[in-house]
Amino acid sequence: MTEFLQHLVNGLSVGTIYALIALGYTMVYGVLKLINFAHGDVYMVGAFSGLYLARGLGVDQSPSLFKALLVFFGSIVVCAALGVIIERFAYRPLRHQPRLTALITAIGVSFLLEYGFQLPPVTQGSVPFPPGPTPRFFPEPFPRVDYAPFGVHVSNYDMVSLAVAVGLMFLLQFIVYRTKFGTAMRAVSFDSSVAGLMGINVNRVISWTFALGSGLAAAAALLVAGSRPTINPLMGLMPGIKAFVAAVFGGIGNVPGAMVGGLVLGLAEEYVAGYALSSYRDGIAFAMLILVLLLRPAGLFGRVRAEKV
Amino acid sequence: MEQVKLALRSALPFLIALPVLWGVSEVLRYYEFTSFQYILMMAFIDVILAVSLNVINGFTGQFSIGHAGFMAIGAYTAAKITLAARGLEIIGLPPGISDQVIFLLALLAGMCTASIAGFLVGMPSLRLRGDYLAIVTLGFNEIIRVVIENTSFLGQATGLSGLPRRTTLVWVGMGAMATILMARRLVGSTHGRALLAIREDEVAAEAMGVNTTGYKVRAFVISAAFAGLAGGLLVHLIQLCTPRSFTFVKSIEVVVMVVLGGMGSITGSVIAAFVLRFGVEALREAQQYRMVLYSMLLIVLMLTRPTGLFGTREIWDWLPRLRRNRAEGGAR
Amino acid sequence: MSAENVTPVLEARKVTMQFGGLKALSEFELELRPRELVGLIGPNGAGKTTAFNAITGVYAPSAGDVLVAGERVNGLRPHVICQRGIARTFQNIRLFKDLTALDNVRVACHHRRAAGFTAAFFRTTGYLEDERSIRRRAEEYLAVMGLSHRRDELARNLPYGEQRRLEIARALATGPKLLCLDEPAAGMNASEKVSLLELIRKIRDDFGLAILLIEHDMRVVMGVSERLVVLDHGKTISRGSPEKVRNDPKVIEAYLGDAYLAEKHISVPGEGA
Repeated sequence: MTEFLQHLVNGLSVGTIYALIALGYTMVYGVLKLINFAHGDVYMVGAFSGLYLARGLGVDQSPSLFKALLVFFGSIVVCAALGVIIERFAYRPLRHQPRLTALITAIGVSFLLEYGFQLPPVTQGSVPFPPGPTPRFFPEPFPRVDYAPFGVHVSNYDMVSLAVAVGLMFLLQFIVYRTKFGTAMRAVSFDSSVAGLMGINVNRVISWTFALGSGLAAAAALLVAGSRPTINPLMGLMPGIKAFVAAVFGGIGNVPGAMVGGLVLGLAEEYVAGYALSSYRDGIAFAMLILVLLLRPAGLFGRVRAEKV
Repeated sequence: MEQVKLALRSALPFLIALPVLWGVSEVLRYYEFTSFQYILMMAFIDVILAVSLNVINGFTGQFSIGHAGFMAIGAYTAAKITLAARGLEIIGLPPGISDQVIFLLALLAGMCTASIAGFLVGMPSLRLRGDYLAIVTLGFNEIIRVVIENTSFLGQATGLSGLPRRTTLVWVGMGAMATILMARRLVGSTHGRALLAIREDEVAAEAMGVNTTGYKVRAFVISAAFAGLAGGLLVHLIQLCTPRSFTFVKSIEVVVMVVLGGMGSITGSVIAAFVLRFGVEALREAQQYRMVLYSMLLIVLMLTRPTGLFGTREIWDWLPRLRRNRAEGGAR
Repeated sequence: MSAENVTPVLEARKVTMQFGGLKALSEFELELRPRELVGLIGPNGAGKTTAFNAITGVYAPSAGDVLVAGERVNGLRPHVICQRGIARTFQNIRLFKDLTALDNVRVACHHRRAAGFTAAFFRTTGYLEDERSIRRRAEEYLAVMGLSHRRDELARNLPYGEQRRLEIARALATGPKLLCLDEPAAGMNASEKVSLLELIRKIRDDFGLAILLIEHDMRVVMGVSERLVVLDHGKTISRGSPEKVRNDPKVIEAYLGDAYLAEKHISVPGEGA
């Protein structure tokens, strides 16, 4: 029973992270019908910008809550800006090209970030830029406390992370379904050219969607970096792909679907790896992806759209 | 008599290539251009990979980014066979010849297993549109890697070492030749036109009696078989078979070649494979910049010239005699 | 031999297509005998193309049966239905744009070949024979549609009217017993329409096909069709000889209603055509 609960806790904490990243995939897919391959790497950039900010503010010497919040929101802003820039320069020029063209570009952007961050440093300092391939330690903004109710190990980091992630998801839900911007976003997602005719500034909506998704990825990265404190330029690869699986599982383009998908994937990984095939952890997501696409290609909450002939 | 002439004509490119390749490799050996020969062999392997991927990505208009997975399957099959057959001799054949025959059998076995994998991946992927398919092939690539790393029979993460060096310039040259001929004869045949029709308009192709799913699976099977061949050749060149050679970074490298050359152009794939391989070797000191350059190349190409260097054109489009030949589907 | 005991080329029995809450086609009935030329008409959005899609397998009918030469084909894939002898064209031209005119037609000859892929790789006699006959046939169909001079041009570079004709050539090349033409004369002027319809009638006579023709313009289709079926809002509102249909009050209402609306909203751009 203890083991079961422990897996539940671990699964939820991984799952919420997947969910946060998956939201970025799903929103961008919604408005652009593009799989933003570079999304996992935006998540990585989020972790690194957090690291630079933390070092700059001296979090490791004198941690404080204020600095932690500054690091948190600072990296969200950095990543939101990065997302907007990527969209503006890499995807927007290709919006009317075949979708494959944009997908290939996205793969290019992803690799550029991954390998660009592994280049030899051009600046000096405690953490040079680019940081190079060696893993870095993320400073702890507050002391770690472990609790063990009923023998289940939970740290204060896990709790904060879970709370923040859930809070952000509620916030997003509110933005998407209760605000003017959310309405515009859903309109663009439904039919961007008609939305444009209705006076919606499609480009601005798309930019903001990227900003929102990338910001969530940065938040996810910091929540992860807090509790599992090594980061490296390839750290976005696996979570990125898995979050994509989560988005597909929930029905890509569907916001609540991405959340459910993330949680389901996190729990599935934790339980399958914990009870049966520990070394196959990374394969579970792909097995799940292939099963979903076979059995229900539109995902849990998605709807199949027939092609008009 | 007519039959013999036809058979000769169909095998002619191989009959010419064999002595030429042998001659080149002897000359290179005599002057001890070992590293040049090595790079040349790697380039030929890249040609096999790029041209075979072009069958899926260029001709059929699907998008696979998991080519290295098929490569791995072919490589491990071939490696296992040559390792098991070490010290074995086929009765009645001199040792040198016997080794070559075993190697050939190992490569063919690798092609078979890879094409079975191609079938298995192709089947469920049929219903998926471009971008989903891309992710599934990538996922398949990763699953292969995870499985290999967890299978002691396949040497786990360390891989299989102590492979005999069987790959020569003649082998890779003939492999590349076979791949190019396969692609060319395919695209000039009615089957190839069915693939092109799928690329152009899947709904219309289906309405014109083309079994689109069947042809997509066939494209995967053929393409995977040749990727398996490339894998078998590669591991018997570097004498080591590890999962690290077949990560999806390798798959992306092949995609870059196809995209650079032009999706749908065999000529483009061949040239891009050579350019990138020799370019990489020229930048050997700058290895760490390689992937950055690849990624920038991809982005810039897509933004400025999404058709690649050649688009769907071929070198033989400019050669009148060959062009007629192609238009006739090889028929006179 | 009376018409009754000839197996119909196509039979649609109470075919219904439902998309969500929308019945795009309800209880569609049609029987086509060999060499018949039937027109399917109706105002915009009446369900004509939906009927085509249900017949040719693009959609599986929600209810009812489609029979080709007496055999049920519901739910079969379009390429199988094509091989059973039904060919079609598309309302919004769907050629293989980056292939030549000849290759467009050759693709349609594809399913009647014999040699396999290995034969193509080794270029066996059987394969070469196949390729030759495919080419011969393809050129014949191009010639029938008057496109021989465009043989080696890319489909995307052909003028509009020739693209329409190339689509018909391509459909013919599948060797159909029934040819379904979805507004083949759309976007043409009156005299072009007349000559195209003459050509269609000639194709029917020369190849001995049944033809099902969707047309928007009633006057044009009256001239060539032997029978008409009129759809409106997915329902069959009239059927029979052109004279009968022309005087059917329901048809007049459907069309006049349309025209009346068009008149009222005369300033709405993009209507009509």
